[in-house]
Amino acid sequence: MSALRVVKSSEFDLLEVRRDFPALHQKVHGKPLVYLDNAATTQKPKAVIEAMDRFYKCDSSNVHRAVHALSDRATKAFEAARTTVKQFINARSEREIIFVRGTTEAINLVMNSFARPRVKAGDEILISALEHHSNIVPWQLLAEQTGARLVVAPIDDRGELILEEFERLLGPTTALVAVAHISNALGTIMPVHEIIRMAHARGVPVLVDGAQAIAHVRVDVRELDCDFYAFSGHKVFGPTGIGILYGRESLLEQMPPYQGGGDMIRSVTFEKTIYNELPYKFEAGTPHIAGAIGLGTALEYVSRVRIDRAAAHERELLAYGTELLSAMPGLRLIGTAREKVGILSFVLDGVHPHDVGTVLDRDGIAVRTGHHCAQPVMDRFAVPATTRASLALYNSKAEVDALAHGIRRVQKLFVT
Amino acid sequence: MMNDIEIADLYQELIIDHSRRPRNFRRIEGATHQAEGFNPLCGDKVRVYLDLEDGVLRDISFEGEGCAISKASASLMTEAIKGKSKVEAEQMFSRFRDLATGSGHGSDLGKLAVFSGLRGFPTRVKCATLVWHTLRAALEQAPGIVSTE
Repeated sequence: MSALRVVKSSEFDLLEVRRDFPALHQKVHGKPLVYLDNAATTQKPKAVIEAMDRFYKCDSSNVHRAVHALSDRATKAFEAARTTVKQFINARSEREIIFVRGTTEAINLVMNSFARPRVKAGDEILISALEHHSNIVPWQLLAEQTGARLVVAPIDDRGELILEEFERLLGPTTALVAVAHISNALGTIMPVHEIIRMAHARGVPVLVDGAQAIAHVRVDVRELDCDFYAFSGHKVFGPTGIGILYGRESLLEQMPPYQGGGDMIRSVTFEKTIYNELPYKFEAGTPHIAGAIGLGTALEYVSRVRIDRAAAHERELLAYGTELLSAMPGLRLIGTAREKVGILSFVLDGVHPHDVGTVLDRDGIAVRTGHHCAQPVMDRFAVPATTRASLALYNSKAEVDALAHGIRRVQKLFVT
Repeated sequence: MMNDIEIADLYQELIIDHSRRPRNFRRIEGATHQAEGFNPLCGDKVRVYLDLEDGVLRDISFEGEGCAISKASASLMTEAIKGKSKVEAEQMFSRFRDLATGSGHGSDLGKLAVFSGLRGFPTRVKCATLVWHTLRAALEQAPGIVSTE
């Protein structure tokens, strides 16, 4: 039995896309791998693996330092990746693109360098009820350190933000809004345009956690008009350990450095240090050069495939999967927002997600089970955990069928 | 199919039965010892109650929520060690752990040998041993919550 029943269209050639990802073509426990854990991390196309390989084989050296040829090549490749990122999210300038370790570090950078110097006791940080722990805990740390308060805008039973409540919670003491672009546990696409408009109308800056969005929807920071946008390379077919903080230049200019060290300074004496210009002011120490190159290559790959075409394919898969799973007795989908990406989070009557995950794994199907680093979301839906299948551009209808087949096997085993 | 055999080996009928109808699934009022266990990776929670008298487990029960493996393990553990001495319970835990990790054969474990299928599923060993760790904490009356991590 082939796990691939591929629909070829002139717009989006699934078979060709799948060929680009070596990891997809393997057997797990003797079955063809069905990789449905893309919200956790994505597989990497050959182009990314080869670009990083090439760097280590030929160009490995430090950036912004030496006069020798390798360092020059490394610097050029590193800065070219920054330009690719700038273009991909339509930032105004490379000065607004800061390489970090990932979304988590990007949010912590904003917390430390932007929020902490500004926030005073009694100020509020407004987030939503569907945030990942990485967009909750940094603000709790800030609250502990400054006496600020964390305020949480509620979501409804579909997993959609209640926008009127959000607006009502925006007040004169709101110092910052920090929201996910897309929920990792539910797939909800947040109304970020409205959120940003409402916040800006009151002079409140907005950070958008784009970890789950960057591989699935077009991100245009100028059109969004957000102040900060954070994402990770590994969720958009790039390597782990590299991510991006986009920041509005005028804000980044005002912010003190996040970490001190090499590369972030212009001159150092024991009396006084002059910081480097943007974006280097925020990039202390030797960066993850190969990671940046890999991320740039991953974004070029997505641009080549065209994100709108990939998104259309994923929407079709989501609609197919939603219909298939909704029809299964004893299955409840968690997260049924009208605007969502390809995340099918569900619970089965009488079966714990951990057992679902184990049985599916033996069928070669990789899903995530647990609380998805979003315990408040689990509490909101009164479930301890869910099973989550998350789609990416290389998934097929046959793979969604395999998931449904696997779920039926689980039910046969546990529910009789 | 090999996979079906492995799955059937893990989820044997006895395990499914105990996960659906856990025995000694209750609270002991006035328990002499109790402890709570937590697996942060999957959110499993278990509380073990003991009635220990002269070093003998007169009664044992548990409450909590978790996967089939963790519930069945807790249920079968309470059956296996009720009436046993504290020392015997400790020895049984040691043999059970060897069985679950594949380094022992489950001799003298009685019904608990049903967990031999766990050796093919290293990621699930903690599900089965959480309740045993919690039992040990209760016996030692260690303060706080026991965690698998």
